[in-house]
This record gives sequence, C-alpha cells and structure tokens, in this order.
Amino acid sequence: MKILGIDSSSLVASVAVVADDVLIAEYTVNFKKTHSQTLLPMLDQVAKMVELDLQTIDGIAVAGGPGSFTGLRIGTATAKGLGLALKKPLIHVPTLDAMAYNMWGSDRLLCPMMDARRNQVYTGLYRCRLSLEVVKPQWAVDVRELMEDLNELGQQVLFLGDGVPVYRQQIEEGLKVPYEFAPAHNNRQRAAAVAVLGGEYFKQGRIVSAAEFQPNYLRKSQAEREREERQRENE
Amino acid sequence: MKKNRVEEDIYILAIESSCDETAAAVVKNGRQVLSNVISSQIALHTIYGGVVPEIASRKHIEKINQVIEAALAEASLELKDIDAIAVTYGPGLVGALLVGVAEAKAIAYGAGKPLVGVHHIEGHVSANFIEHPDLEPPFVCLIVSGGHTHLVVVKDYGEYEILGRTRDDAAGEAFDKVARAVGLGYPGGPKVDRAAREGNPRTITFPRAKVEGAPYDFSFSGLKSAVLNHINHAKMMGETIHVPDLAASFQCAVVDVLVSHTVEAAKELGYGRVAIAGGVASNSALRAKMKENCEKAGLAFYYPSPIFCTDNAAMIGVAGYYEYINGVCSGWDLNAVPNLKLGER
Repeated sequence: MKILGIDSSSLVASVAVVADDVLIAEYTVNFKKTHSQTLLPMLDQVAKMVELDLQTIDGIAVAGGPGSFTGLRIGTATAKGLGLALKKPLIHVPTLDAMAYNMWGSDRLLCPMMDARRNQVYTGLYRCRLSLEVVKPQWAVDVRELMEDLNELGQQVLFLGDGVPVYRQQIEEGLKVPYEFAPAHNNRQRAAAVAVLGGEYFKQGRIVSAAEFQPNYLRKSQAEREREERQRENE
Repeated sequence: MKKNRVEEDIYILAIESSCDETAAAVVKNGRQVLSNVISSQIALHTIYGGVVPEIASRKHIEKINQVIEAALAEASLELKDIDAIAVTYGPGLVGALLVGVAEAKAIAYGAGKPLVGVHHIEGHVSANFIEHPDLEPPFVCLIVSGGHTHLVVVKDYGEYEILGRTRDDAAGEAFDKVARAVGLGYPGGPKVDRAAREGNPRTITFPRAKVEGAPYDFSFSGLKSAVLNHINHAKMMGETIHVPDLAASFQCAVVDVLVSHTVEAAKELGYGRVAIAGGVASNSALRAKMKENCEKAGLAFYYPSPIFCTDNAAMIGVAGYYEYINGVCSGWDLNAVPNLKLGER
C-alpha cells in the first residue's frame, strides 16, 4: 500500500510518500508561505528522487483542516486535481489529529495548537500511546479557556504546533498542571504523519472521491460571521 | 520558441475560477467549443451586495471537480484525449484564482499534460473567435466588465497594444453602484439594462468624461457621483425618482463614451474590425449603439453571445490554444497573479 501525504495547512508545506511500513520520502519546508508556488514542485522533486510512478499510489491523504483558509485550499485543490487525473481516492486527515500522531509513543495528554489569531487557537486533545485516541476533537477556542480545560483535566500535557511560541506566556502563566513542549523535529505539521494516519483510515475504508473531498475550515468566513451578528442584533 | 504540432486536432481542457463562476470547458482547435460548464455563485453573493472573496473561494473548491468532470463528459472525452490544460492565473481574486491554478497544475502533473497559464482578459477577447470563424487579428477590442475597462488593439494572437483603460471605476462597477443606489440590487448590469428599456435616455443629461491628454482612457467616477447627486437632490426636494429614466440616462452616458472611444480608435488607427468582450458586452444598449456607429463608419462589428461574455472557461480554452500552439508552457510553480497586466507573462 502506497500513500501520498500532503499538508499545506500552515506556514509548513510538506509532502511524503509512505509505502507499507516505510517512509520513502518526505519533503518539509517551514519557510515563506508561497505554497501555491512550492507544493507541486516539491512533489515533483520527491517523485523524481524516488522514481515514483504516480499510478502506483493507492490513496492521497490530505491535512483537511483546520488551518489557513488559503493554505487548506491549495493542498485540497492539489489533491483533488491529482485524484481526478490519477483516478485515486482521497483521505481526509484532520490537521490536528495528524499533528498529535507526530508524538506517537508518548504517554502524555497531547495538545497540538495552531495560531488562529485573536487570542484563539485551533486545537484538539489526544492520547497516542500506541494508537491515536481523540480525547476532544479539534475545535477553535480562546487560549485562556483552553488553559482552564486543561487544568480541569489535571493531566500532564505535551504541547506542539505554531500556537506554542505565540501563546507561550499564557501557557506558562495559566497552566497549573505539569507540561512540556515537543522538540523541533516533530513539533510542526509533517506529511509523513498525515500519510501514515491516512493509511490507517484507508485500511478502514475511510476514503472519499476527489470530487467529494472538502476541507474543514472550523470557522465560517468573516462576511458570514458578521452577517449573523447583525441578524442577532436586529432580533 | 518551440512551436507545438498543429497537424492533428488539438483539444484543450480549460479551467476558470477568477471571480464568482467556477467553470470548465473543452475546446477543439481553438475555435470549436465541445463543452462549456459554468457553476454560478451569484445567488450566494447577492445577500452581501457583491462578491465575497472567501465565500467565492470556498464555493470554487466545493464544485471544481464536478464542473471539470462534467466538461469532459459533455465533450465525450477523457483526460487522456486532452492535449493541454489551460487555466486562468490572473487578474482576479487571489484566493479564487488559486483554487483553479492549484487544481489545473495537479491535473496536468498527474496526467502528464502540458500546462498553459492564461490571462483572464485575453480570454474575454478570445471569446469573439468562438462564433466568428472569419475573425482574425488585427482588430480593435473593447473589454468591459465588473473589474475591467480596456480598449486594445489585438495585433496578433496573444499580442496586445493597450490604447486606453479606466482611470477609476470599471464600467461594470459603475453599473453596480448605480443599481445599488436606486435599489435595483446586485448584479447591477443586467438590472440597469432591463430597467432602462422602459425609460427615456434623454430625460437627464449626465456628463461624458474625457481624460485630458489620453483620448482613449475612460473615467466613470464623475458620472457615478453625478447620478448619486441627482438622487440625493431629488430626495431633498421630495421628488420621486423615475428609476427607468434614470437608468436609461445613466446607461446612455456610459455607452456613448465606450462607443465613441472605440469607433474613434478604429478609424484613427485604420483598423476595419471592432469587437467587444466582457460581462458588460452583454448590455443591449452597448451592442445596439456600437452596431449602429460601426455601420456608419464602415467597420465590421463582432460580439460574443451573452454566455461567452460572462466569465466562462471556453474563452480560456480558446486563448490557451493559441498560447499552446505558440509553444507557451507554464511551470509547476505557476502562481495566481491577482493584478496581472495585459500582455504580461
């Protein structure tokens, strides 16, 4: 079984090829956000490097959100286009589930967090001792509220994600339980984790056609939110 | 530059997502439209009074594969039969463009086909080739839409000389703003056109702006202000506005300038053929007046059917065909360019 993994949900752009139990190639860049220019050339380079025949891929796993709206759409459109051309199924991997999977083997409560601006993060709570267990599915929340939730759970927490440097002070001041931060090699999005977790979903039959696949933004557009607010005020 | 083979039939799959229409088409030999699928979002944006970029982008990603699959099915072709993938990469809304660009790149890459990035406005101009097999460059073309007002000479396929452009609002933008001011709603172009049919264009004299030192440039912000002032004045005096008369008078002012600039340019520069393109090219008054004045001046006048005036992918397929046979091939790093200039690569 061969799975192509794609994650362009944040500043990180990442593509990976996983064949059965082996990571064949992974190309991860956390630099400037020009995913529309870099993502496909990255895949092209990886494919050339490992002499990948795209037709041998069984499924395309994508970090399906949350994340940067534009970033999600670049990854999604890339996967949908590949799926259409290659007639291969897509696998929707929630972005934060894949990030938690980076920490496979840890006995901590896992808290990946992505900066969602306005003192909010996209986050989720997980355990991943030997397999991924979703303690609380991904949601958008104010950092202070997240700290309260974690204090209430009362377990040792392992943080990762680009929300960590942004809200580190609030974590240090607000958290009453022991905590740690994940190291550099696995504290951001990695397409390898998307591909491996996607492979698990593939085996369970959790696949969709390229046409059906939709990103999960977790948030409505600003125009929709403002319109709903105006409607509430008028009621 | 390497020219591509043209002995056999060439099939282009084209994708367009620059604003609020998700579109795909298959075009044969640059002139024959085998399919032209458009998924319009107008109804969604109407409640906001205009296109909301984030909502447009979300709808594009939702529909794009279905639209492309429908275009191939309608053309009774499979991806393997296609020679190249053409896609609009600018100008337009960046988030909206990116969906089509990323999708087209991945399809081309996955299917091992060449990719051709197409300029949206060149697409609009090329819409004229679909129904007029006799039309070939050079000719003068007026491009008028919600986002663009350009007067150009199409010197050759893919080669343009810009004679004039708007200094402020696009023609279609002026229609939208006036429509909003008199409560006709969005999109303004067709609504003003319809209202104007019941009105008298000579009721109110609105200004026809000239741009000093640039005879082929346009300016519509003064006209827009004059219309808004007229409405405010009437309100202050307690007079009711006769919307059809106001719509007809405003429309007549826009059309007069568009037509006189275009016909002047063709006569002055010695071109015998005139074409119009873009969403506003569907306007009935513009078509009628341009036809009349071109006939008087002895110019041949070309215009696309309304379905090819609106944003569509067939026109991108036509423009993409001529780029393709000229050897243009985009790289996998093709990006969306929201303010791409005409004639830029």
